[in-house]
Amino acid sequence: MSDTSVKFVPEPERYEFSAGPMHHFALARRDFFKFLGAGIAVFAVAKNSLAKQETAPTHGFHQEELPKDITAWLHIGEDGTVTAFTGKVEIGQNIRTSLAQTVADELRVPFESVRMVTADTALTPFDFGTVGSRSMPTMSPQLRRAAAAARDLLAGAAAREWNVPVEGLAAVDGKITDPATGRSLRYAELARDKTLAQNLPAEDPVTPPNEWTVAGKPIPKKDGRTFVTGKHQYTPDLRRPGQMYGKVLRPPSFGATLTSCDAKAAEAMGGVVIVRDGDFIGAAASNERDASKALEAIHTEWKEVPQISRKELFSYLKQNATAKSDDRSRRIKGSVEDGLTAAAHRLDATYTVAFIAHAPLEPRAAVAEWSDGKLTVWTGSQRPFAVRDELADVFHVAEANVRVIVPDTGSAYGGKHTGDAALEAARLARAARRPVQVVWTREEEFTWAYFRPAGVIEIKSGIAADGALTAWEFHNYNSGMSAIETPYTVLNQHIEFHPTQCPLRSGSYRGLAATANFFARESLMDELASAAQLDPLEFRLKNLSDARLRAVLEAAAKSFGWPRKKTQGGQGFGIAGGFEKGGYVATCAEVVVDRSSGAVRVVRITTAFECGAIVNPDGLRNQVIGANIQGLGGALFEAVEFENGRITNSRFSRYRVPRFRDVPDVEAILLDRKDLPSAGAGETPIMGVAPAVGNAIFDAAGIRLRGLPLVPNGLPTVKT
Amino acid sequence: MAKPIELEVNGKRYSVQCDPESPLLYALRDELNLTGTKYGCGEGQCGACTVLIGGVPRRSCQISVSAAGSKPITTIEGLEQDGHLHPVQQAFLEAGAFQCAYCTSGMIMSSVGLLSANPHPTPEEIVQFLQGNICRCGTYPRVIVAVQQAARTILENGRG
Repeated sequence: MSDTSVKFVPEPERYEFSAGPMHHFALARRDFFKFLGAGIAVFAVAKNSLAKQETAPTHGFHQEELPKDITAWLHIGEDGTVTAFTGKVEIGQNIRTSLAQTVADELRVPFESVRMVTADTALTPFDFGTVGSRSMPTMSPQLRRAAAAARDLLAGAAAREWNVPVEGLAAVDGKITDPATGRSLRYAELARDKTLAQNLPAEDPVTPPNEWTVAGKPIPKKDGRTFVTGKHQYTPDLRRPGQMYGKVLRPPSFGATLTSCDAKAAEAMGGVVIVRDGDFIGAAASNERDASKALEAIHTEWKEVPQISRKELFSYLKQNATAKSDDRSRRIKGSVEDGLTAAAHRLDATYTVAFIAHAPLEPRAAVAEWSDGKLTVWTGSQRPFAVRDELADVFHVAEANVRVIVPDTGSAYGGKHTGDAALEAARLARAARRPVQVVWTREEEFTWAYFRPAGVIEIKSGIAADGALTAWEFHNYNSGMSAIETPYTVLNQHIEFHPTQCPLRSGSYRGLAATANFFARESLMDELASAAQLDPLEFRLKNLSDARLRAVLEAAAKSFGWPRKKTQGGQGFGIAGGFEKGGYVATCAEVVVDRSSGAVRVVRITTAFECGAIVNPDGLRNQVIGANIQGLGGALFEAVEFENGRITNSRFSRYRVPRFRDVPDVEAILLDRKDLPSAGAGETPIMGVAPAVGNAIFDAAGIRLRGLPLVPNGLPTVKT
Repeated sequence: MAKPIELEVNGKRYSVQCDPESPLLYALRDELNLTGTKYGCGEGQCGACTVLIGGVPRRSCQISVSAAGSKPITTIEGLEQDGHLHPVQQAFLEAGAFQCAYCTSGMIMSSVGLLSANPHPTPEEIVQFLQGNICRCGTYPRVIVAVQQAARTILENGRG
């Protein structure tokens, strides 16, 4: 069987995404209650769209189609079960737990009675994606407002029941109570026989963090038991009736184009479906092995194009920078020239960062099933709605006829924004007329996914005799704009991002370019401290007015014991800090360098982190410590090796990631600011690791390393 | 064509129809629908596919069905008994020793193997034994805490 009607080219992506368009939502009100049963429902509407809706009915729900800009909703069933719906994805960052805590807290119900339905384009509201540490700052308040509105609805229902004013009633422990008489009605009783729905009022007051009872507590991961028993089904674990297993024939190198293809032998194999569609060649069979055998039987020839290799990377990035300037990628204050002229010390330096791979342990995977022209896809993606749109576009079907469901996924770290496996599975399933699962191999994952972009950063700087910064010129080539600005006080600044042609497919990675920009900035700050003959912490604080950043630097330093006296040869200490995405981070690192072998061991990391009011301190601690350990990989040894369009270290045996033996004593200091809104925590805690370790290596060995990874092969210059 | 191979998995006997030289991992996942055992790398480097063969932790992506067939096999699905979690599972749950948890089955199976060979490991021995299990979320310190807790429970209650 062969099918050649649709051509698709998965588009590469770069940097962070800007806000996308809103979309129609297919679930009508009658379907909603049909699906969930009777009860009470509240729909949270995006703030900026409420104005537009003023002319539409706002109380009660008179239209059949739900409005386009709903961001979350909540249902209280006749049995008292609370179900909250969000398009966000659980990828190990623990939002299923922390968002359920938020709902339980605001609705005054036990945590256990809240069920979260996540990331299903047929059931949950449109969501741009689980990206940019946005789940907590955006979804948490929306669900909270929905829960507060639901509480009001329940109180109103009780007031009508008792024929009393609603003002005196209270919501406590899943009940509406009347303190005047002591009587109460459970939510389940109030929701019975009702199909009551309400759009969320614009500014319903919500419970402030110092009055939280369920949020703010270290509640264990929801459904934890299904993970320790192996029962949770990740996408590769799904088995649909009649499911086949698909494999895709990959080109020999990036950018290669197909010149000939002979699939006769493969097509003659029994029980195998072959798809040839433009440059896409795939096979589906009743097991992976047969699908692979079929691909091996296909004879192909490719036209390859010469490509640059890793050894030429950094000069290539600089030479291929976009010449035209763009105001959005440049910040200028004062005159860097004047600042440099006035400086007592000047320091210029160039920093580089390698491409690294996300290497999520669950590889990209999807199961696709066509039925009556409708497509359902299960896939581990951070952007289910974007994958739905991509599928609708590529296969020329209406969005309403595509459903994307994301099972809780085996991590992503920014690496699962695209729908590659979903497209491949859907293409094969359409030809096979049966469900098809595609699970990428580790080698495919390392080769055909996208990478954290490599970059070159050039800095010119100056300080006055007393150590005050006088000039700061910062150019980032290719890696990106996140945290490109300095948090320090400098009157004369020129900060600029230069997009360049990029030799490898690049995209988001936990923290985006902030890790690169932190590394360059905080390394140079350390060099400047040394030039000013000031302690690195003292030098930073001297140039810093931001109170939240000062607080994390001081907290990390205090717990670490900064400044510390060296107690053994080869020991060194480093510090780094900054802020991004509403989170403030400071990291202290201790390393020990073995001068005879050049081996560098990170023995201790202390990271202080502040992201406003903490929703789940246990989940947050897990995130912060995990981010620090993951960050050690990119700091010390991770780098994607490539040569002429091929990845040459596409296996865990050749691409080193942090393992048990690499783990130092890691301490997380969590500052809980109940007076500030909760920000996300998935990304920022990773950002201080690389510069803190680099600075510690300098302190230990007197060698300044200006490239990430710092020591893939130890410190060569002190080898004997 | 493949001929049936006898396997004993989690105390049950199965007759599996597959290529005897294919990795045990696929027989478990695709033939027996025991999907708690995960694919992570296919080269024995990440530990996600770890199962016990004759009580010893082995990478099921690296051992063929025919080679595995002579000894009883235990997968993550076989640890729970009468609705009670194995002490290692219970300790992982209590320590919150996971984030995305994709590595968790392999971590638990390796840890069960470790504790049956060495009921009271030092942290250094845990690190040494689990060095072949990758957790990309970086939850390693909690895994060490969980294994130590499980060791205490097993010593007290006698189940391992």
